[in-house]
Amino acid sequence: MTELAAPGLAPSMRSGRRFTSQTSALLLMLPPALVLFTLFVALPLFDAAYYSLFKWDGYGTPTDFIGLDNFKQALGHAVFWQAVRNTLIVLAVSVFVQLPVALGLALLIYEKTPANTLFRLIFFLPFILAEVASGLIWSFVFDGNTGVAAALFHALGMEPVFILADRHWAFAAITLVIVWKYFGFHMMIYIAALQGVPKEMLEAARLEGGGRWAIVRHVQVPMIASAIGVSVFFSIVGSLQLFDVVIPLTNGGPSNSTHTIVTYLYTFGLTRTRIGFGSAVGVMLFVTAVAVAVLYQRQISKGGRS
Amino acid sequence: MNAFRFLPALGKAVVLLLFTGFVLGPLTVAVFGGFKSNGELRVNPFGIPQQWDFEFYAAMLGDPAFWRYMGNSLIISLSTVFLTLIVSAAAAYVFAQIRFLGSRMMQAYLLAGLVFPFATAILPLFIKVRDLGLLDSYWAVILPQTAFGLSLSIMLFKTFFEQLPKDLFEAAHVEGCGYVRFFWQFTLPLSTPILATVGVFVFVQSWNNFLLPLVVINSRELFTWPLGMMQFRGEYLAEWNRTLAFISLTILPAVAFFIVAQKYIVAGLTGGAVKG
Repeated sequence: MTELAAPGLAPSMRSGRRFTSQTSALLLMLPPALVLFTLFVALPLFDAAYYSLFKWDGYGTPTDFIGLDNFKQALGHAVFWQAVRNTLIVLAVSVFVQLPVALGLALLIYEKTPANTLFRLIFFLPFILAEVASGLIWSFVFDGNTGVAAALFHALGMEPVFILADRHWAFAAITLVIVWKYFGFHMMIYIAALQGVPKEMLEAARLEGGGRWAIVRHVQVPMIASAIGVSVFFSIVGSLQLFDVVIPLTNGGPSNSTHTIVTYLYTFGLTRTRIGFGSAVGVMLFVTAVAVAVLYQRQISKGGRS
Repeated sequence: MNAFRFLPALGKAVVLLLFTGFVLGPLTVAVFGGFKSNGELRVNPFGIPQQWDFEFYAAMLGDPAFWRYMGNSLIISLSTVFLTLIVSAAAAYVFAQIRFLGSRMMQAYLLAGLVFPFATAILPLFIKVRDLGLLDSYWAVILPQTAFGLSLSIMLFKTFFEQLPKDLFEAAHVEGCGYVRFFWQFTLPLSTPILATVGVFVFVQSWNNFLLPLVVINSRELFTWPLGMMQFRGEYLAEWNRTLAFISLTILPAVAFFIVAQKYIVAGLTGGAVKG
């Protein structure tokens, strides 16, 4: 495998045979991945950039060139900005609520005991359930007529509130479902990292008289800084592509107040067959995601060097 | 001293039980809800059913549409897993075993799929699938799902293949075994842990996928279960108990699968997370 697959470098029969074998492997095993990826991942991205410059309903070929008008329209649309704001809210909740919760729980149960394993399984469970099923369950919980929320309000002697139909509460309710669904995933990232912290370091800190809290703050958290980075990165990527959970809960309503970028793209691009417009939103989403990934990579390599 | 030891332990137990309730509460409510009449659901939404009514679960289990949705999801998920494993393992094997011009470039190209959300290209993808004449077929879901799963799977496979002993291949090569045959006869059988990890991971993603089937599938005959469930919810708006029975019947196999396969799920996620 250290030989280069170049025909001039085949002095003996054996390397000649190896070259033939390598070539047939290359020709047989690589194209399926390249073709599938090009056809369904790479080309659609280029298409998105192209379509975004046209006013196009998806039928025939795009001819109505309008330059950057689709982008201008989106940027001038209040609902688009509401979707951006909602995405930022999800991100803020992920970083300032979900992350500390996940980290705290990870610190409580990272050691390998049977009880901890059980709790780990339970907390991780929502992550593998389908977003649609989770959203539907919670939309029952929040239901103003028959839901748990209704009973709660009733017990408090208050008029039931239809949380998901209330502009002020609907998105807060969605963020609660998001925390429910994803905190276990982040907890698992932290647990994997905490288990990698050498036991001797903790022992040494303890011998030096460090209390539990001091050890957490000055040894464990700094040691898993990269895992925290990973978790934040996943929070950003996750909030950018949030869709499934929102549809069963509010479908973007009431009066378009709970859209995320992807539900916005779906509602105003696809269901209204404005392919050009939706593509423009997709392009902006793509640029954001790539920018985040590049910043993250840069942050990692900086951390690695220092 | 005793109080100092006792209090943190108690606090820990309280916190863990609170979160357990937070996680399991809604799930229990859903399972119980499927046993309740709508009248009872109104007055007793989250308690144990006073009257266990099996009618709604039985109705779901006797509904051919329910089984068709589940069957469609199963066919699509298994095909996606099979295709993803073959295609990405083959590519990763080439990258791990053979040095050739352009190898790094192709890897960078294929791994680029890791950085952006699937949804960015959903509209052009819809057009592409339509122009290929695949709209409203299993392939409309299977092929894009496979393509979008390639980046992560190739990365996981390549890391694993690079750790396999090299002398094995040298020995096999002397015996006249070529690259392709070696892949089938030795690499794949030695790779069951990573095949299982990637397979389970891809399966769960496909099984739960909603956006792609929503966009490319129209006819109810081909609905996957998330689409069927949303459709069902729309039809029985006033009867939450039927929807809750539907949800519970899809959750129970997911939980069972999770308990059996959790080792691989966790490995795939944290492996992908840490390296990605």
